[in-house]
Amino acid sequence: MAITDDVLVIGGGLAGVTAALSAAEYDRQVRLISYKQSTLRHASGLIDVLGYTPEGEGPLEDPFAVLEDLPEGHPYERVGTDAVREALLFFDAVADDAYAGNHTDANALVPTSSGAVKPTARYPVGVAPGLASVPRDTLLVGFERLPEFNAPLAAAHLGATGVPFDVRGVTLDFPGIRRDDAKVIRYAHILDYDERVDIGHGETAARPALATTVSAHLEGESRIGFPPVLGDDNHDVVRRDLEERLGVDVFEVPSGPPSLPGLRLEDLLYEALEEAGVRVTTGVEVVDYESSNGHIDHVIVDRTGQRVPYQAEEYVLATGGLVGKGIDSERERVFEPLFDCYVEHAGDRYEWFDGDAFGHHPFARYGLTVDAELRPQKANGAIEFENLRAAGSVLGGYDFAAEKSGSGVSIATGFVAGARAGEVVK
Amino acid sequence: MAYDTTVLVLGGGSTGCGIARDLAMRGVEVTLVERGNLTHGTTGRMHGLLHSGGRYAVSDQASARECIDENIILRDIAGHCVEMTGGLFVQRPEDPDDYFQQKLSGCKECDIPARVLSGGEAREIEPYLAKDIKRAIEVPDGAIDPFRLCVANAIDAERHGARIETHAEVIDLLRDGDDIYGVTVRHDSGPGKRTHKTPGTTEDITAEYVVNATGAWAGQIGDMADLEVAVRPSKGVMTIMNVRQVDTVINRCRPKGDADIIVPHETTAILGTTDEEVSDPDDYPEEQWEVDMMIDTLSELVPILRDARTIRSFWGVRPLYEPPGTGTEDPTDITRDFFLLDHAERDGVTGMASIVGGKLTTYRLMAEQIADHVCAQLGHQASCATADEPLPGSENLETLETAMDDFGLRSPVARRSKQRLGSRSQEVLDTNEPNPVICNCESVTRAEIRDAIEQSGSDLNAVRIRTRASMGNCQGGFCTHQIANELADEYDEPTARAAYDELLQERWKGQRHALWGEQLSQAMLSYALHATTFNADGDVARSGTSLDFAAFDGGQSDSDGGTPGRATTDGGKRVGTRGGDR
Repeated sequence: MAITDDVLVIGGGLAGVTAALSAAEYDRQVRLISYKQSTLRHASGLIDVLGYTPEGEGPLEDPFAVLEDLPEGHPYERVGTDAVREALLFFDAVADDAYAGNHTDANALVPTSSGAVKPTARYPVGVAPGLASVPRDTLLVGFERLPEFNAPLAAAHLGATGVPFDVRGVTLDFPGIRRDDAKVIRYAHILDYDERVDIGHGETAARPALATTVSAHLEGESRIGFPPVLGDDNHDVVRRDLEERLGVDVFEVPSGPPSLPGLRLEDLLYEALEEAGVRVTTGVEVVDYESSNGHIDHVIVDRTGQRVPYQAEEYVLATGGLVGKGIDSERERVFEPLFDCYVEHAGDRYEWFDGDAFGHHPFARYGLTVDAELRPQKANGAIEFENLRAAGSVLGGYDFAAEKSGSGVSIATGFVAGARAGEVVK
Repeated sequence: MAYDTTVLVLGGGSTGCGIARDLAMRGVEVTLVERGNLTHGTTGRMHGLLHSGGRYAVSDQASARECIDENIILRDIAGHCVEMTGGLFVQRPEDPDDYFQQKLSGCKECDIPARVLSGGEAREIEPYLAKDIKRAIEVPDGAIDPFRLCVANAIDAERHGARIETHAEVIDLLRDGDDIYGVTVRHDSGPGKRTHKTPGTTEDITAEYVVNATGAWAGQIGDMADLEVAVRPSKGVMTIMNVRQVDTVINRCRPKGDADIIVPHETTAILGTTDEEVSDPDDYPEEQWEVDMMIDTLSELVPILRDARTIRSFWGVRPLYEPPGTGTEDPTDITRDFFLLDHAERDGVTGMASIVGGKLTTYRLMAEQIADHVCAQLGHQASCATADEPLPGSENLETLETAMDDFGLRSPVARRSKQRLGSRSQEVLDTNEPNPVICNCESVTRAEIRDAIEQSGSDLNAVRIRTRASMGNCQGGFCTHQIANELADEYDEPTARAAYDELLQERWKGQRHALWGEQLSQAMLSYALHATTFNADGDVARSGTSLDFAAFDGGQSDSDGGTPGRATTDGGKRVGTRGGDR
């Protein structure tokens, strides 16, 4: 009666997908269940590994130089530095030619839409020409109706970080957009399909129209940064077409949600799942489970009111942190809602946070405590379930926002949790 | 001597702004100074109830009568700040019957329209009321936006020639013998609009007469001239819900008690409040139990509040006062009436009066009576017109709906904009420039943000109180940076950055009291967005760290112009990595 697989991954974000792909490497039947939209749509699409130490030192030139020094309980400490490297190689293979940065251990400095630079280990190829660590004069282009990115302000901010090049910003009209509240996906589609747009004196295709608008503002810069709206399905084509027409490199400046680079990463990951033969069930919630003798026997999925059992030998919990609700809270407690795994936290909720918006927030570190096999542990250190592993931001012991380590931890722990699960299936 | 101004008003709350407008309309030269933004003190930290007077109908009928009179006037002169929600005094089975009857007859005695509803009828109006509600009294309570009200008074005062100086803290009173003739202020960034990061200056402002309208801070001002103003600041907590669980003001019908009111306010509902005396209006504990009590106690009236999402909590300090010798112990028993302390009469020191006590609903009446007093002191003959002249934004509200084009905005955005701007909508929104929405939670467009920046300089908290931008569910998570971006045309990057930092911290301050469940999830998302994607916490421009850019990944040069190529992978396909060593 139950739907049966070898490995069942719960959660469809970066950690869950990596775990599923990693388990599938062992020729196992793997299923991934996800409920809500993943938080990748909020993410910049950058793959950061470690930009700052837990003490706040940074930006780090080389994350691998400090991985060994991380405190006990940090997810990287749990899996070990070698596994982090292997996991990144694994990601590189999955991302294939969509991401760059694997030629070096050094972090790249990527200009983001605020104008601050962010240290990251891997970045979409569409971001690559814009690295702040590359000394080339830069023009940033923003659009009137996209208030998220103010190019002149971002350029001034980037200048204030001391970048070794000149940078200017201009704000232009995006050809073909007349609505004040057009969504970013609308911009991308106009470029994807090179739609005909009205330019005031007749119609022309969108990409040449954009190139013409922009080229009038070039003053010898050799690269141009745009908000991340340069196509969705045909992103590479759009970018190369603009580069040819403008005669300079074109890159995207990562920005806040909804983030196309995050969504493109999601597409790439789900294509990889399909290719790897992972069964994907979306839009349904895992609401309960049955266990015996410290083993999870099956979980229960709510399918439009029906309780359907899903069974597997091994389970990976990758339901996310506070944002994704893999960790939830009430006035009196912080908890993991599915298996009620132990989450260490202060009893008084006024000790969950710091008074400063960017202070040392305990809540940012709340999550599961795990052993070196990534199995969640109870308060006394005992394993919660023999056949449950956890990956990604459901884990505690690190503050991904302060460290800039979110994607790296998801990939490293997803990779290890999936591999161990795949390995031990009989 | 020649004075800089005829009357100097200290304090930019509802009382101070009301006085400045009243005097300016009477042709008196006025200057108003406020240490923070307008509404910075108590006005911006109230529950937004426009009293019908029902609340005081048993305990203080004089106040109740003033409330209903002013309630009617404000609907008229400040229509764009008021939402006539109606109010209910709700009786639970355990609440006393005799008090319910007293409340009802008290309302009638004070000419407050009141009618009794059965429990069932009350639940028809407010379906989320508890099933066991016994009955209710319906009264004309309303909701009022104290920010918009205060700003409209200040704008109108300026139109009548007043000088309004925000971010100008009084650091000394100028006293010559037994005469007070002005103050020394410290400007945050110089006179006029505030610009972040611009160094401040001090200025002496002399005046024929000084009105101390600093409310809970009146004692501190008095101290500067050795005058005792025994104001008794009393704090109260208010907790903001993310949606309107009720569309009517809900009062608990019992003699007294904390946590007995829910006020629908714009897109939210505000739970209030406590009443506890504090020694320093700037420094008092904001405690967890107060928030918990709001939720737990008011859930007795509206049970879904128990598990609903709160977006922040804030505390306000009432400027309570009672004449020397009254000796009331419990602050809930101190009168809500206001007092004009004429220091000439009281202390033999001429040139200044202090105003203490009072409440927002009767701010206009207070201002009128104080302006009368001031005019008498100055020998100035002019009568008050504030009960008849609508505030800017509230002129011709009836014709507005039909006359106004929607400015190409989506209809919910247009509706919200019109509610805030009232008759100023045309002036503000009629632009040929692109006008995207900047704050989605509250539907605030670029034109409205820029209008507010025009009024208040680089201070985004001043923009916030004018527009409600960043005051919705996300508490600025998705819009703080977008609001700051709008400063770029007029201000340089360090100014915009400082303004962004300040707004982000201000939003964090109140959210801390709502950090569980949905709002903790939201807070983590905001924190992650601003720290991760924008790297606002690790930004070297902020820290001043000098970076060795060359030590970082310099890209992988190849023939096609610097675009990194690929490191070798196994034919570009996935590499099996069955590392079984760990």
